[in-house]
Amino acid sequence: MRKLEFLLALALAGAMIAAAIAAPWLRFVLTIALAKGIAVMGILLLLRAGQVSFGHALYIAFGAYTVAFLAPRLNDAVLLLVVAAGGAALLGLVIGLFVTRYRQIFFGMLNLAMCMVFYSLLEKLYHITKGSDGIRVEIMPVAGQALDRIAYEWTIFGIALALAFALGALLRLYLVSPMGEALKGIKTRETRLEFMGVPARGVLLAAYVVSAGVGGIGGALIAMTSRHVTPLLSYWTASGELVFIAILGGAGGVLGPFLGAAAYELIRVYAAASFADAWQMILGTALLLVILFAPGGLWGMAARAIGGRSR
Amino acid sequence: MTATLTRREALAAGFGTVLLPATLSAQPAQRPAEFRIGVTTFLSGPASVFGVPSRRACEMLIEQINAAGGLAGVPVRAIFVDEGPGTDHLVGEIRRLVQAEGVHAVFQSISSGSCLACTPLSRELNKVMLLWDCGTQRIFEENRYDYAFRTQGYATPEVLAPLLYLLRKKPDIRTLAVVNQDYAWGRDSWEIWKTAMDALKPGVRVVAEMFPRFGSTDFSTEITRLLALRPDVVYSTSWGGELVTFIRQATERRLHERTTFVLPVAEASLQILGRNMPEGHIIGARGDHWNNHPAPANPELFRSFVSAYRQRFNEYPIYPCHHMAQAVWALKAAVEKAVATKSGGWPSDAELAAAFRGLTFPTPTSTITLREDGQGLEDQIVGMSHIDPNFGFAVPREMMRYSAAQVSAPVGQKSVDWLKTLTPAMVQQAGTAL
Repeated sequence: MRKLEFLLALALAGAMIAAAIAAPWLRFVLTIALAKGIAVMGILLLLRAGQVSFGHALYIAFGAYTVAFLAPRLNDAVLLLVVAAGGAALLGLVIGLFVTRYRQIFFGMLNLAMCMVFYSLLEKLYHITKGSDGIRVEIMPVAGQALDRIAYEWTIFGIALALAFALGALLRLYLVSPMGEALKGIKTRETRLEFMGVPARGVLLAAYVVSAGVGGIGGALIAMTSRHVTPLLSYWTASGELVFIAILGGAGGVLGPFLGAAAYELIRVYAAASFADAWQMILGTALLLVILFAPGGLWGMAARAIGGRSR
Repeated sequence: MTATLTRREALAAGFGTVLLPATLSAQPAQRPAEFRIGVTTFLSGPASVFGVPSRRACEMLIEQINAAGGLAGVPVRAIFVDEGPGTDHLVGEIRRLVQAEGVHAVFQSISSGSCLACTPLSRELNKVMLLWDCGTQRIFEENRYDYAFRTQGYATPEVLAPLLYLLRKKPDIRTLAVVNQDYAWGRDSWEIWKTAMDALKPGVRVVAEMFPRFGSTDFSTEITRLLALRPDVVYSTSWGGELVTFIRQATERRLHERTTFVLPVAEASLQILGRNMPEGHIIGARGDHWNNHPAPANPELFRSFVSAYRQRFNEYPIYPCHHMAQAVWALKAAVEKAVATKSGGWPSDAELAAAFRGLTFPTPTSTITLREDGQGLEDQIVGMSHIDPNFGFAVPREMMRYSAAQVSAPVGQKSVDWLKTLTPAMVQQAGTAL
C-alpha cells in the first residue's frame, strides 16, 4: 500500500510533467494546482482533528503578499519561500493561540473572520497595498541564478513539484507520529486525550502552525506563478475553494490534496473553456457527485481501485 | 461509479483536445481560416451588469461583420472567458486562449486589476491585446507595451471632464463630499478628482470622504451624514447596482434637492433607474456615446447600431457595449490597414500590432486615435440629467464635449503630476457646447 501510494505519486508527477511539456499553458495551471495542493495539505491536517478551517486563504494571501512586498528587496525565490513560510507560521502561531480554543463551527467561523479581516486590510490600506488593483511580481532570480521567462516558469514548476514531494513525505511522517495520531483523538474524544496526559490544545496548535506554514508556501508559489497578487486571494471564496479541494481530493492521504487540486483546476479550466456561463454549476456538480458517490474523495476512489483500504 | 468513470474519460478527452492544437503553433503568417478573438469580460458577479451587455454587443457585431464578408475576407469568431473567478484564473485563461485556442487577438478586460495583471502577458506571448473597457491610468503611465492598446478613454479624462463641466456650470461651489466604492477605482478616481480640483479651483472644502464597502446595499449612514453636512456637491464614481441603490435611497430622503450629484459613470445605470433619476445632476458616460447624441459623426451608423441592439435585446446599449464596439471597429480598421500595407498578404502578430500604433478609426459618434503610447483618445460628453419622454429614462441636456487631447495627460506624463499643472483658466477654455 505504501509502495503503491509512492508509485501513484510518481505517476501523477509524471503525468503533470508530460502535460506541462505538451501544452505550455497547462504548465501554469498545474503549477497553481501544485501550490494549492501544498496549501490544502494543511487543511487536511486539521481535518484529521475534525476541524474545518474556512479561513486558510489568509495564509495563502499572507505568503503571496510577503513575496510581493519583499521581492524588490530580497529578490530571490528560495529566500522568499523561506520567509513566506516562516512568516505565515508565525502568524499562524499568533492566531492559533486563540482559535485553537474553539472547536467545530466556532473554529471554522473564527478562521473565516480572520481571513476577511486580512482581506479588508488589503483593500483599505490602499496606499500601501494598491487595493484591488494588486501588486505585480516581476520575474526573480532563483538561488542566485537569473533566469529568462521560460526557464523561470519551469524552475518554479520544478520547485513546486519537489516541495510537494518533500512536504508530502514530511506530513505523512507527521500524521503517523504520536502528534499526528493525537489529532485523530481530538476528532473522536478529546477528553480521553487529556486523561492520557496529552494536551489537546497543544496538539491542535502545532498542527495549526504547520498548516499555516504550508499555506504560506502555497501562497508564495502562487504569487511567483501568477506574478500578480490581489486581495481576492484572501476572500472567503478562496478559503471555500481550499475546503472544496480537500473534500474533492479526500482526506485519507497526503496524495488527496494534489489529486483534488489538479482535478479542481482542470475541471475549472475546461468548464470555463466549454461553458463560460455555467462553469460554477459544473464544478458544483462535480463536488456533489464526489460527496454522493465517493465520500472518500478522489484519493478514496484511487485507494479502492488499487486494492488498499481507504480511510 | 459510472459517474466517476465518465468524468475521468471526460478529463482524458479534454487533455487530448488540448494537446493537439498546441503542437501546431509557430507557423509563418498565413491567412487564417477564421480570425479568433479571445474576449475576457464579467459573466458572473456584480460587474456582469457590464459584462453581459458587452458580450451581446460583441456577438451582434461579429455576426454583422461576418455577414458583410469578415475581416479582410476572414470570418471572425469570439471566444468568451469569464473574468469573475479572479486574477490567477484569468492569467491562466489568457495563456490558454493564446497557446491552446490560438486566438489572433485578445480583448481584455473590465476590471483594472485584471488589466494590470494580464497586459504584461502581451509582451510575453507577443499577441495583440486590446484593452476594451478598463480605465486605470497606471497601465500606460507606468509601462510601455508594444502589443497592448486601449481603444477608449481612461480614468483621467473620464473624471476631469465632469469636473470641468461642474466648474463651468456651478462656479460658486464651496463644499464637496465624496461617496466612492472602497476599491481601487473608487480611490483612484477620487485622487484624480481631488488633485484636479485643487488645481482648477483651490479652496473647495472637502467635508466628507466616504468609502462604503464594495457591494454595499445600504447607504443610510452616508446619506444621513450628507444631509447633516449639506455639501454643495456630492461626487460619486460608483457604478452598477450600487449606484442605483445609492440614488434611490438618496432621493427618497430628498438629498438631491439640496445638493448636486456628479456621477461620471451614471450612464450604465440610468435605464434601470428610469424616472427615479432626479433631474439637473451631472452625468457622464465614459465617452461620447450618449443615446441622444445630437450630432454623431455618422448618424446612419449610430442609429443602426442602437436600433439593432434594441431590436435584439429590448434595451438601449450602455457604454460597455459601445466600448466593445470600439474595440471591434479598431480591430477591423487595423487588420485592413495591415493587409493593405502588405498589399494583400496576411500580417504577422508584430505587423498587426504595428498597424494599431497611431491608428485613427471611425466610431459612429466621432473618431478615435490610438496615440504613441497605445492610449486611445476618446472624446467625453457630459451633461445635466433630464428625463426625456422619448426614452423614458434620464439622458443629458446642455451637453458639452471635451476633446480627448484636452483632458488627457500627455504621453510620458503621470496623470497626477500633469493634473497639478492645470490652471483655473482651463475651465472656460476647455469644452464646446453641443
